[in-house]
Amino acid sequence: MNRIEIEQVAFERDDVNLFEDVSATWHQGEIVQLAGKNGCGKTTLMRCIAGIHQPSAGKISWNGHNVSSFDFRSTLLYLGHQVGIKLLMTPMENLLWYFGINGTKSSEESSIPLSRETLLAALTKVGLAAFADVPCFQLSAGQVRRAALARLYCSYAEVWLLDEPFTAIDIAGVEALKGVMEAHAGTGGVIIFTSHQLWDSEAIRVLDLEAYRPKAQDIAL
Amino acid sequence: MSAIPGPHRALTASFKRELLVAARARSEFFNPLIFFLSITMFVPLGIAPDAQTLAPIAPGMIWIIALLSVLLSLDRVFQSDFEDGSLEQMVLSGQSLYWIVIAKSLAHWVLTGLPLALLSPILGVMMALPGEGYVALVVSLLFGTGSLCFIGAIGSALTVALRRGGLLLSLIIIPLYVPVLILGSSSVQTAVLGEPYLGQVALLAAIWLLSLMIAPFAAAGSIKISLGT
Repeated sequence: MNRIEIEQVAFERDDVNLFEDVSATWHQGEIVQLAGKNGCGKTTLMRCIAGIHQPSAGKISWNGHNVSSFDFRSTLLYLGHQVGIKLLMTPMENLLWYFGINGTKSSEESSIPLSRETLLAALTKVGLAAFADVPCFQLSAGQVRRAALARLYCSYAEVWLLDEPFTAIDIAGVEALKGVMEAHAGTGGVIIFTSHQLWDSEAIRVLDLEAYRPKAQDIAL
Repeated sequence: MSAIPGPHRALTASFKRELLVAARARSEFFNPLIFFLSITMFVPLGIAPDAQTLAPIAPGMIWIIALLSVLLSLDRVFQSDFEDGSLEQMVLSGQSLYWIVIAKSLAHWVLTGLPLALLSPILGVMMALPGEGYVALVVSLLFGTGSLCFIGAIGSALTVALRRGGLLLSLIIIPLYVPVLILGSSSVQTAVLGEPYLGQVALLAAIWLLSLMIAPFAAAGSIKISLGT
């Protein structure tokens, strides 16, 4: 069974721990929300899980493999604060590039290049069908993020790390996105996302980073 | 563990994307070329327009200007990808960064080094370069700018996370550019004197191959460090 294990992870910034002793195990089919105030380290923990940052203590693993290994990256879809959309290119061109280097990350079929039709169908689902060939700098902030979210409809990556996926998305869009996330968890995916929005659902597990603030810091202050 | 596209597909996808972006942002593409052209125009105006003065300094001058034009365009190689998050996506795609850096450096060369080398004969005329030097000039610039682009990618990758990395980038890269400059201008000078210049060109080609193989490793490592801080 696929799992992400976080063991006593701490992250140090400017000689002070941002968070410490974070431990958790998440299995396939789970949706995890990282919560906490601004600046409490949600994005940092997310980037540690993605293997971009190295935690200063503890370790994070995917089925026992290090998260910066190929085993993890070949099954990962990461959506950061900066979504990786080139504004000079159209949504279609951006998707062609993304899947050109990532592929669908499906474990069953060997990676076949996605056709324009498949990508257009994904863009239709995020409401960008009419803008598929319009350069992204002419689109609104929400539309640019939607272009990045279109990846979710084509990817078979088991792990989704979504940093603030609901930012700049309208209410109907957020509901659609929640539906996609639930469907992905239903087919055995793991989703970790950060958000300030409340998502009332029994399926969601919440990790509140406020609980992992270093205690020593308060004494020093 | 799942399959991801092979390196060749990642390389072509990245290369196509670079050309596409360059085609949309044409002013960035023309910037180094305009710099190259205008400096070469200023030299005869500023020093002396007669052939006796210009001919001896022409090989070195053209090479120095070509080197500076490449240097000028370096800080952009990874910068915009870093800012819009594409660089993260490249690292997390599971692809070996080695191939992606090769694609990016190759595209950078096609967009700066190659046009510089092809334009250089016109500048040779403006600088009163003697007729024997032209073949050597173009060939040495083809290999030379290739090395400059690949070596430069290391500096560009190291300084990508710094807000103002331009000065540091130059300090890191200039010492590595010295051998290329010496061999490049000396090959043209030797050709002008009518002596065999194949030795220098062969060495330039060797540096180019070496930088093609090794520099992407260093640049890929630098990108990972830059993103991790």
